[in-house]
Amino acid sequence: MDTFASLMHGFSVALEPSKLLFALVGVFLGTAVGVLPGIGPALTVALLLPVTFKLDPAGSMIMFAGIYYGGMYGGSTTAILINAPGESASLATALEGSKMAKAGRGGPALATAAIGSFVAGTIATLGLAFLAPWLVDIAVKFGPWDYFGLMILAFVTVSATFGDSPLRGLTSLAIGVTLGLIGIDKLTGQARLTFGVPELLDGIEVTTLAVGLFAVGEALYVASKRFRDPEEIVPIKGSLWMTKEDWKRSWAPWLRGTAFGFPIGALPAGGAEVPTFLSYSTERKLCKYPGEFGNGAIEGVAGPEAANNASAAGTLVPLLTLGLPTSATAAIMLAGFQQYGLNPGPLLFAERPDLVWGLIASLFIANTMLVIINLPLIGLWVRLLAIPQPWLYAGILVFAAMGTLAVKASVVELSMLFVFGFLGFLMRRYDYPVAPMVVGLILGPMAEAQLRRALQISLGDPMILLENPGSAILLGLAFIGLIAPFVMSGLNRFKASED
Amino acid sequence: MNQDVTRSRVDWPALVVAALLLIAAALVFYDARSQTIVSTYGLGPTAMPYLVSTVLAILGLSHVVVAFREGLPKPEAVDSNAILWLAGGLIGLIACIGLGGGFIIATAIVFSCTARSFGRQALAIDFGIGTVLGLSIFLLFSKLLQLTLPSGPLENLF
Repeated sequence: MDTFASLMHGFSVALEPSKLLFALVGVFLGTAVGVLPGIGPALTVALLLPVTFKLDPAGSMIMFAGIYYGGMYGGSTTAILINAPGESASLATALEGSKMAKAGRGGPALATAAIGSFVAGTIATLGLAFLAPWLVDIAVKFGPWDYFGLMILAFVTVSATFGDSPLRGLTSLAIGVTLGLIGIDKLTGQARLTFGVPELLDGIEVTTLAVGLFAVGEALYVASKRFRDPEEIVPIKGSLWMTKEDWKRSWAPWLRGTAFGFPIGALPAGGAEVPTFLSYSTERKLCKYPGEFGNGAIEGVAGPEAANNASAAGTLVPLLTLGLPTSATAAIMLAGFQQYGLNPGPLLFAERPDLVWGLIASLFIANTMLVIINLPLIGLWVRLLAIPQPWLYAGILVFAAMGTLAVKASVVELSMLFVFGFLGFLMRRYDYPVAPMVVGLILGPMAEAQLRRALQISLGDPMILLENPGSAILLGLAFIGLIAPFVMSGLNRFKASED
Repeated sequence: MNQDVTRSRVDWPALVVAALLLIAAALVFYDARSQTIVSTYGLGPTAMPYLVSTVLAILGLSHVVVAFREGLPKPEAVDSNAILWLAGGLIGLIACIGLGGGFIIATAIVFSCTARSFGRQALAIDFGIGTVLGLSIFLLFSKLLQLTLPSGPLENLF
């Protein structure tokens, strides 16, 4: 089936009135939760995942797409209006966006972010639609050793290459992989690390870990230092609409941001920070009004925001075609898929094309809905930002408890939420990234399964990993990615001491 | 930039992390050793735990090195009162669910204690708000989404 026909089929699934309603509810919930300060898209998806459990798979996936894009959209609103980016990918947006808001240009900043997200999201989703079938054709030929290599590469890039400290990133990842060991081994039925607690036999839920680390951990962190940095909402003054000049200055950054975001997001390396900051520095160099940069240049919002959204759509490429999550959000989405008994990958494209293409089509729909309903509703979202902080975090913790209890109503599960919350709090205090832990929890068991499958085929000979060109190259890249930051930090130190 | 000379003191948080990682490595190792089902061809269920245990041990030792060099980033001071209220709310939540108090009361406990930890001084009012919030979530979940939340005396009225 060619892509165009598949996509049309997808639209026929996603455009049913009931499905449109799911998409609308998803977009609405996603924006409402995503706009709350301190809540990024990963937590938005984790908190709202239980809401979709009882729907049919197609409906819940479509709602999911809406939640995902809505959460991204809401996050940028927060970044611009209170300079409190819920995730590192919105940092670049917050730099110029909050300056624009302070200068009374909050309206155009939100508009260029929204329209830029729409443009980038649409182009990147098209990219996803056309790249995915092609990648699926390649992925069918992948052996377990290639998957193993790919996962190791994702491990390294998620944890070591992009953080401040590769050691802390790897530590976070290792804890995640260790947590992934807990439970019954699927191949042999051996219980591992359960210490006689029956609730642990099923393993650790990804949503419990994510909600604990992100929601409870963040609440504890903010509470612990609440007297130090009060957040301030900048009221939107003046027109919401972009002037002709704004349009003229925005369209090129949108496209350039998309060009950075999609390819980097689609790599098994993942990460939205790199493309957003690449976009930010590029726009800074290309800007015709260099004096405005740092004081609220619209290019500095348009570019990074487009890059952010394009890379979010990009991470869906490895997620859908290979089942490989490369961000915390993607890891939680994968957990969602598994909850419905679906395993993303080449097989899903062959077995449930209606679902996959319905999801891709509903990404387009969600994106369009966001722009249409959210620009007029911006006043409502701004009012959500004005919720007093005590109630805001109280509400977040209620939702966290709700999400956990809806997945598994047990005291053990709640206690895990509590423990993960404190872990997340301590990790924030000592600057350990939490995302690698979530990725490690879901990717660790998958990597183990592929490794064992590979070694079963080779009758126990580990050289199979290096004899296959695909896995050899991937493992080589992973090795370079692992040692590069240590070598480069050595270089940095050398430079610093020269100064 | 002579870090080694200016900061020669031991960084205790890094040492604690190192100790925890080494303990985790030992636990994983011990658990793998005591596993009984190991007789499959290819890699058994113990191979990955041994690998993970090794990695944890390496990371733990690296933290020891870090503790004697640059150390971990220095965190800001903590408002321990806020942390206690928040933790208390969560423990109240766990206790309430464990003792069969139901979702609505549990929600009210978490809501009011969290609001208190963020500086609000109206525990009773917040408890009321939490109750209403819990009730609406419970009704939404059980009636619309057909998801079950833990029931207690209040939930059984509906």
